[in-house]
Amino acid sequence: MREYKTINKITGPLLFVEKTKPVGYKEFVVINLPNGETKRGQVLETSKDHVIVQVFENTQGIDKNTYVHFSGEIIQMPVSGAMFGRVLSGIGKPLDGGRDIIPEDKRNIQGEVINPYSRKTPDEFIQTGISTIDGMNTLVRGQKLPLFSGSGLPHNDIALQIARQATVRGEEESFAVVFCAIGITQEEAKQFMNEFEKTGALERGVIFLNLASDPSIERIITPRMALTTAEFLAFEYGYHVLTIMTDMTNYCEALLEIGAAREEVPGRRGYPGYLYTDLATLYERAGIIKGKKGSVTQLPILTMPGDDKTHPVPDLTGYITEGQIFVSRNLHRKNIYPPIDVLPSLSRLMNSGIGHKKTREDHKSLSDQLYSAYAEGLDLRGLATIVGKDALTRRDQRLLSFADSFENTFVQQGKEENRPIETTLDIGWDLLSKLPENDLTRISSEILKKYYGRGEPAISRS
Amino acid sequence: MEIGSKKSKRGPRIFKVSGPVVVVENLDGRMYDVVLVGENQLMGEIIGIDGDLSIVQVYEDTEMLKPHDPVKNTGHPLSVELGPGLLTSIYDGIQRPLPKIAEGGPFMRRGISIPALSRDKKWKFVPTKNVGDIVNGGDAIGYVDETKNFRHLILVPPKISGKITKIEGGAFTVTETVCVLDDGNELQLMQRWPVKKRRPVKNKKWPDKILITGQRILDTLFPLAKGGTAAIPGPFGSGKTITQQQLAKWADAKIIVYIGCGERGNEMTDVLVEFPELVDPKTGSPLMERTVLIANTSNMPVAAREASSYTGITIAEYFRDMGYDVALMADSTSRWAEAMREISSRLEELPGEEGYPAYLASRLADFYERSGRAETLMGKEGSVTIIGAVSPQGGDFSEPVTQNTLRVTKTFWALDAKLANRRHFPSINWLKSYSLYQNNLSPSLEKEFLGWEDNRKKIMNILTKENELTEIVQLVGSDALPEDQQLTLEIARMIREYFLQQDAFHPVDTYCPLEKQHLIIKAILFFADNAYKALEMKKKLQDIMSLQSKTMLARAKFEKDYVKYLGKVVEQMETDFNSITGDEELEGI
Repeated sequence: MREYKTINKITGPLLFVEKTKPVGYKEFVVINLPNGETKRGQVLETSKDHVIVQVFENTQGIDKNTYVHFSGEIIQMPVSGAMFGRVLSGIGKPLDGGRDIIPEDKRNIQGEVINPYSRKTPDEFIQTGISTIDGMNTLVRGQKLPLFSGSGLPHNDIALQIARQATVRGEEESFAVVFCAIGITQEEAKQFMNEFEKTGALERGVIFLNLASDPSIERIITPRMALTTAEFLAFEYGYHVLTIMTDMTNYCEALLEIGAAREEVPGRRGYPGYLYTDLATLYERAGIIKGKKGSVTQLPILTMPGDDKTHPVPDLTGYITEGQIFVSRNLHRKNIYPPIDVLPSLSRLMNSGIGHKKTREDHKSLSDQLYSAYAEGLDLRGLATIVGKDALTRRDQRLLSFADSFENTFVQQGKEENRPIETTLDIGWDLLSKLPENDLTRISSEILKKYYGRGEPAISRS
Repeated sequence: MEIGSKKSKRGPRIFKVSGPVVVVENLDGRMYDVVLVGENQLMGEIIGIDGDLSIVQVYEDTEMLKPHDPVKNTGHPLSVELGPGLLTSIYDGIQRPLPKIAEGGPFMRRGISIPALSRDKKWKFVPTKNVGDIVNGGDAIGYVDETKNFRHLILVPPKISGKITKIEGGAFTVTETVCVLDDGNELQLMQRWPVKKRRPVKNKKWPDKILITGQRILDTLFPLAKGGTAAIPGPFGSGKTITQQQLAKWADAKIIVYIGCGERGNEMTDVLVEFPELVDPKTGSPLMERTVLIANTSNMPVAAREASSYTGITIAEYFRDMGYDVALMADSTSRWAEAMREISSRLEELPGEEGYPAYLASRLADFYERSGRAETLMGKEGSVTIIGAVSPQGGDFSEPVTQNTLRVTKTFWALDAKLANRRHFPSINWLKSYSLYQNNLSPSLEKEFLGWEDNRKKIMNILTKENELTEIVQLVGSDALPEDQQLTLEIARMIREYFLQQDAFHPVDTYCPLEKQHLIIKAILFFADNAYKALEMKKKLQDIMSLQSKTMLARAKFEKDYVKYLGKVVEQMETDFNSITGDEELEGI
């Protein structure tokens, strides 16, 4: 029996247990309270003197008479191909009144590192129907592309729209959604659940819910459970799994809480020094494996405290993920939906997913040209407020009005509007065709000859 | 030791496990000895000794290790295997071959031990020394033609010397003896070297040869010397990795060592897919044949990440010792520094700035100082160039890793998120970057391309002037500027768009030979001179800017037959300017 009643210290979510037989690092722990309640935890540090256990649930009620049971195993979760439609808690307990998952297999929730040599380069274009993403920050299968947002911005709407509309064209393939809520509010969770039920996404989805009212330490486990499920469905059953994780900032706050309780030396802004490595063990679980059918695509959402992208959470995320989609307060104020600011947004895998045979030959140069013209237009907007529009050269005035129409026709679209990639590109050409051909230095003469001045009228579309 | 380990109670046992750091009791080891931890024999390294306790960092996941598990000391420091078979290899941070590991499944299992160099493959060894010859450490006793274009010299390990009593050619594996010395030393095709110890050279020399990268902004404005050091700091999304990969593809070094240190898995895959397909412009063989890749992605264990830089630099030094030019790319040194920070924090060391250990600066300096152009032990000349990417937190260059790196590197390529946002690539800021090799490299460049140095200065002047003018424009608008200043802005725009911007994905533009760089600049400056003259003659700026030759010049970078094309462009310029200024004499090019 590896059960002990030797808790010596309790601080925050941590228990210090003494005089144990050898206990494994990261071992799964069950805590039996005198009142019959059970809680779960994990070994954070183990030595001959004492073992530090991190409790996932609230530590309320734990006292020195509490029994700590070491399972002898790492944390594993039951997985099964019949998990679709299930709603589970942040630590995998059924919330939908259904039975426990009948395990087909048990998987270590830490996941395993994919050998870089065994990965396949993601290069299949996912059409989200959103112009700013498809046209200029293309998402591909197996990518991890986060939404960088702020509180009060419609990032949930965008995520839902993507979940609803995402398709790989020319393929009616097995597509699944794993949704992972980390510390979000009741209302937000409701919004997601309603939408999933309405669109039928629940039937091809698995939901993990850790709400703001749930213990924060649980949040360390929730995304790992979700990703373990996603990997199982992808690599055992061949599904293309889109994993939405929101809100990653809450996850990092939970890490910070544990670090503080362990009295660790903090890194930047109080976050633990291993935040980068820890986040990488989540984000790097996206991908495609050579010789396996499915894929894991990640769409994490995080809110930047104070809209500050240099905050450690967005900063370190940006260094790990393959790009980022910026949700802008400025555009949101102007009533533009989706308020995606393309300039700081980026998809690193875009080039492998677009072009001839994938989207269209003109895609890359069109996108480059839109970027540079819009960037210049925005600079001029600042200038125009100081010196007035009339003081600008004719070229500058053209760029200025380009920036306006770019926001109003290319960025702006309806919440239900699902634009095929051709439409997105044609709107782009229509905008560029208002600039003189000579100014379009990013586009080769052959492409210009074929597309310049031929875009479909964009205005009639909105 | 031997007796101790048989008595289970007194043998080395785990005392404590905390993340990648394991404390072991009764381990009679030396600092940096490699130990095997637990039942799975996970590789680790002693990084501290405190009484009976030894502190070990483990290169693999320590999940389910527990107190009382056995530990074994190998008695050797962490070493790499050096010999034929290194090229085209893909290793993890501690030189385990990833393709071999992949044969056992797509995931990295723990406790895998596979030799870095194949033990079965036979190489054709050709001796160049004879029985009776006296050889010293660093001398070549023969060679193996490892690829069509690469002659792998078989070196006597440093510090070994003697008279050859036996040497034979033929097909050998890397562990078979090919040469015996009179003191009984047996030499194989392979040798081992501890990664944290620099390989000796006769002396180091001042670098004065340019490392041609084919990237216009680098070669023309901020050149790097063979044997030099460069830092590329930039916030995420500013193009660090693309720049590093461009350098790995096109730099004119004989050997490339590419370390993906704590970066994205998919990016490494990209390199793995792309490099075998790309062709080296000089040899016509796949680029992979001159490359050694070290891939330790961000989710692999941190201690192995810490080791990956040392593994890479030791391999680079080994090729240098044969008298070759080696370029090493480390992407990203910040992740390496973070690995140090993470381990330091587990050791509960007193932190320095931003939680980094106090020895951060000295470790970085140590690493970059292993670069250099050197006279090798056998008297040949070789070099190791180090190009390190830095990922400053929040894009703030004042953070410790960037600052400590800048102190020891001589070329600074500052990446700029603003440029990247408007898709100006490579997004290297021309006002902030610098190269301290400029003066050393200029004479030879000038000899090859007359006017190189002058033209470079002119270009920089125009760009600096643009920066001043932009500040004024932001206050008054560009229409308020006199026409000649408006022209300067236009010329600067031409330099930025026609010259500085380079498309890494365009088949021609991705690599720009020095001559082409020189000709484009000459053409831009020729246009500028004539434009200023035309302006003096009261011609309209707008007319000058809409000349056909300007549009032609914009496409020059995409032209393969650039000499012919730029010749035509210059001819067209002459015609164009003649037509607006009348028949007055124009300055010849």
